[in-house]
Amino acid sequence: MSETTKKKSIRWVEEPELGFWETTFVPAVLKGLKTTLRHVTARKTVTQQYPEVKPELPLHYRGVHRLNRDEEDRVKCVACMMCATACPANCISIQGQAAPPEWTDRDKFPKTFELDELRCIYCGMCEEACPVDAIELTHIYDLTGESREDLLYTKDKLLNVYDQTREDHRDPLRTGRGVLGPASEFVDLPALGPATSVPENDRSAKSETAGVIRTTGREGQQ
Amino acid sequence: MATVTVNGKEVEIGSNERLNCIEAAARVGEEIPAYCWHPELSVVASCRMCLVEVGEKKEDGEVQMVPKLVPGCQTPVKDGTVIVSDSEKVKAARKATLEYLLLNHPLDCPTCDQAGECYLQDYSFDHGRGYSRLNEPKNIKPDKDNIGDQITLFTDRCIMCTRCVRFTREISGSSELQVVSRGSHEEIDIFPGHPVNNPLAGNVVDICPVGALCSKDFLYEQRVWWLKSTNSVCPGCSTGCSITVDQNEERVYRVKPRENELAQGHFMCDEGRFGWKYTHSDQRLTSPQQRENGQLQETDWEKLLVSVRSAITQQQANASGRVAAVLSPWMTTEEAWMLGSWLKAIASDAILVPGPIRNSGADQQFPQDRNGNPLEPIRFTIRAEKAPNRAGVQAVIDHLMDGSSTSFDELTQLAAEGSVGMLYAVGGDPEGWITESQAEAFSNAGTLIVQDILPSSLLQHATFVLPGGTFVEREGVVINHSGLAQLIRRSVRCPDGSRPDSRILWDLTERTGLVQYEAIRQEIAAAIPALASLTDEALRKNGVVTGDAAETVAN
Repeated sequence: MSETTKKKSIRWVEEPELGFWETTFVPAVLKGLKTTLRHVTARKTVTQQYPEVKPELPLHYRGVHRLNRDEEDRVKCVACMMCATACPANCISIQGQAAPPEWTDRDKFPKTFELDELRCIYCGMCEEACPVDAIELTHIYDLTGESREDLLYTKDKLLNVYDQTREDHRDPLRTGRGVLGPASEFVDLPALGPATSVPENDRSAKSETAGVIRTTGREGQQ
Repeated sequence: MATVTVNGKEVEIGSNERLNCIEAAARVGEEIPAYCWHPELSVVASCRMCLVEVGEKKEDGEVQMVPKLVPGCQTPVKDGTVIVSDSEKVKAARKATLEYLLLNHPLDCPTCDQAGECYLQDYSFDHGRGYSRLNEPKNIKPDKDNIGDQITLFTDRCIMCTRCVRFTREISGSSELQVVSRGSHEEIDIFPGHPVNNPLAGNVVDICPVGALCSKDFLYEQRVWWLKSTNSVCPGCSTGCSITVDQNEERVYRVKPRENELAQGHFMCDEGRFGWKYTHSDQRLTSPQQRENGQLQETDWEKLLVSVRSAITQQQANASGRVAAVLSPWMTTEEAWMLGSWLKAIASDAILVPGPIRNSGADQQFPQDRNGNPLEPIRFTIRAEKAPNRAGVQAVIDHLMDGSSTSFDELTQLAAEGSVGMLYAVGGDPEGWITESQAEAFSNAGTLIVQDILPSSLLQHATFVLPGGTFVEREGVVINHSGLAQLIRRSVRCPDGSRPDSRILWDLTERTGLVQYEAIRQEIAAAIPALASLTDEALRKNGVVTGDAAETVAN
């Protein structure tokens, strides 16, 4: 206690004394009535006519998940289980399997993908963790089901959500990065600093896009 | 005594020790990163990750450094050696080395099984540059799924440390793997038609510092950061390899060898590595049963234990035939002691016999030449005796029987003659331990109590069936061929209905509360001089030496 009271950063304030008018409460009552009157006389409608009129949600609204498909209509997910790792509600369970040999661009795909929409807290961490942008949250918020199993979304159901929402302007495919995801596409890295600090005389520190040394068109300087 | 200085810290090294810079630095807690160096394998110094500055302290105190960086794995230390592993020069060399190693690495960490326990990730994080300057397309080589029955090679992830090649040449002796082509075309490959199927093949997956060699059994099953590891001992043979059991949500996913110089070294055989599958078998006995009107009926544990206990005590009171017990070599020493000493206390003429041991013929020693003949020096042995705790159970029986030994065959004979009134048979061997005819002989025992994990022909004669646990579901001491006592630990729960053997016996012998292994070990240590070391704290680490071997060590 003595330690904290000595600190100059802490200022102790006393409750102010009440005056005559404050003890009668009349000004406070009048102030409250003023607010009430303002609301009574205001003509602005705030009631939403749901469900007849559906609300226009912001683009970043986080609703039911979908599993995206790639250009060949295969599931885009590579079963890396980053979403399941990132999920704070522990609602995703995936079983991986070796991809068929004709899928030359990946080693692995999800045999099963189960997402418990009831357990989910719609935080969007899965979307953020996904290295291939396979899982995304859509605008769908009116999720109903007759049993718990109905809301245990399997791979097929999640792909179905994608098929329903792929044309919807509210659910654009948020990124168009390639099959291996942003981590591997170092050629077009955004102009951010490299992950580790580099000395100032390092070639990469001087390049216009950090992390990429452009050798073309610089022959004279080499 | 030799004094070595590592980053300014001095370390004393024994005069007979031959250490390299990496090992000497590890003594003072300085990690020198390395990929190709492995304590059990020869030195090639090819990865260049362990480059350090080395010098020598002269008698007058002057330090003379070698002008160039030298590989720490290849440089032996001697009195006065000075190692610097944290200078700017060394750090720059590591950065450059990692950048080269990662040039053609696909960076597919999200789908790679090694991610999370990968040395490329760890060292890139600690010492690397954090980004690539490569502007050209990567050189991606095709995967080789056919490299072995249990292993697969992701060629593009390989960093050519050649640990796997040296393993097959130096430890297994089978030499299936080699490096083909040169320069950036280098690849690990097999001779056509000769896949890596030697009995130690699984070890190449463990020693691979990156995700190039993967186990087909574990491939894509789990992410490694979900696994919880428990130190245990492999029950496959009497070598008793130290292992870690990796499980997630009550399911075992893999078993890996744990370094223990007292037991087996660094490796383990594939038989043990993949031999735990019976733990999750559908065939497991999962309900306690009692025979009523000629039929085995399910019952609950509380009733069953009371019935078993009264059956044994009544049997003793009626004195129609002797009480006998088969103590399986798959039991832990504590379990054998609990059952044996309890039966002896009830019936002083009770016969305790060791259970039958599966024997595969001859020990397999490695390295082997292509004809299967062992080559000196022997680096690894798979023993013919396929049971984890023959020595421990035998020591308990020898003590309790006061030296009058009865063999399993003699007990079978006695049972066939009808002179055994009550038989407590403990199994546990997943590959079966009793033949039809032996089971037939045991059926003559008045009361037959069977404690086992999997169905056997003995069940059709059993009066009581007590479903037990496998080695990953229980705790206790097992003693290997050389008298080394090690601790197996519980990593998953028993399937519903069955119970770990130690708990069955603890409750059966009317001890109260939860199982206290330490208390039983103290009882054993007090009673049996050969097992007196079981109370040592070292048991919790790498194990303690027991029996005659302990006396040899003490002298």
